[in-house]
Amino acid sequence: MDWQSFLAMGGYAAFVWPSYALVLIVLIANAVIPHRRERALRERIARRTTGNRR
Amino acid sequence: MTPRRKKRLTLVGLLVLGVGGAAALLLAAFSENLVYFHSPSEVVEGGVPMDRKFRIGGLVAEDSVRRDDDSLGVRFRITDTAEAVSVQYEGVLPDLFREGQGVVADGHLTADNVFVAERVLAKHDENYMPPEAAEALERAKTGYAPESGTIAEQ
Amino acid sequence: MNLVWFHKLGSPKYFYALALRLTPWLGGLSFVLLALGLYWGLVVAPPDYQQGESYRIIFVHVPSAWMSMFTWMFMAFCGLLVLVWRMKVAASLMRAAAPLGASFTFLALVTGSLWGKPMWGAYWVWDARLTSELILLFLYLGFMALQSAIEQREAAGRAGAVLALVGVINIPIIHFSVEWWNTLHQGATITKFDSPSMPVEMLLPLLVSAAGFMAYFATVVLKRARCDILEGQAASGWVREWATPAATDHRNP
Repeated sequence: MDWQSFLAMGGYAAFVWPSYALVLIVLIANAVIPHRRERALRERIARRTTGNRR
Repeated sequence: MTPRRKKRLTLVGLLVLGVGGAAALLLAAFSENLVYFHSPSEVVEGGVPMDRKFRIGGLVAEDSVRRDDDSLGVRFRITDTAEAVSVQYEGVLPDLFREGQGVVADGHLTADNVFVAERVLAKHDENYMPPEAAEALERAKTGYAPESGTIAEQ
Repeated sequence: MNLVWFHKLGSPKYFYALALRLTPWLGGLSFVLLALGLYWGLVVAPPDYQQGESYRIIFVHVPSAWMSMFTWMFMAFCGLLVLVWRMKVAASLMRAAAPLGASFTFLALVTGSLWGKPMWGAYWVWDARLTSELILLFLYLGFMALQSAIEQREAAGRAGAVLALVGVINIPIIHFSVEWWNTLHQGATITKFDSPSMPVEMLLPLLVSAAGFMAYFATVVLKRARCDILEGQAASGWVREWATPAATDHRNP
């Protein structure tokens, strides 16, 4: 594959690549945020539960 | 389903129907303003405002584009195949602008029925195909090499 | 009619366990489909005869736009379950879907704008299709604001459900805007009743990418719903049991 011409996107690189980059950033962020949130929640609930028992 | 749930379902149905009806009435009332552009036929029949700006949309007529030699000025005709309107424009045209292409122009109509455009936008259709298929289609249309015309119709 | 499965799904505990089992598979599926669809669209698919390489934005723009509308319809359906059956799980799913829907709408608007500039000659025009999609973004933001404004979960769920059902009117308006009025946006390519105006070598990557977006939505909406269920049920026995370090195998709460 010819990288130069692939990256140039027929002169539309300034429109095609930002579109794809933005989509990937938003999709990844949306997947990571609930992952972290659930972990934090689990830790909080666990701390409260063990705290109650003591 | 319990009677209570049935009642709730009816209420929800009425809510959606009511809002839908209101939206339909509202859209019908504003329908004219939701039209992004007018056709050349409407312009020729006088169905457009003469005193204010509006948009006109249609195809760039074949063999109608005349570019100024010393400026960015360009004249062409917009047609909906029934009627055509002459357009005058000075500025950069979008990549897709060419004869036979759909365009939408912002501007106003002069007394001698020439549309002076301040902005020209290209409107493309919903068809996509590879260049080879488009060429094959073109050849098939002109009665030349018809066997390759099927690629684009898959 | 046997509705046991329906009542089972309505139980937060059962639903949580099911979601926990499903998400890794759905996540893997969405990753594979997205990678395949986007590679196919960017590298393998041929250029367009008129728009050249710029049309490749379609492989992210159209799935985003479809999902922006699908997500609201999903929320409206959940809203129906919330209002009529008072299903807590449906309220969690509805709340979970809203930020995703807002993201899809935002992506559809921005990628469309990046496509519109080189092809139409403008980043933005106030035509019926673009304007109704922008209204959809405001509906999502309004829904999210409503959820954070109402403290009591049940009340927030019901208010959100009403908004979701009322706002669903906007979906047919977005879809049919290009047929009902003259717009700069072109008509539908794929969802026409006759055959799509696209050859298979472009259509397939688009459909694969769209399937990837759908699987992604399913993954993330379940993940977010899991968080929402945990928050809502934090005091109940099964959540505490599941969260205590003693229950190390948290895959089977």
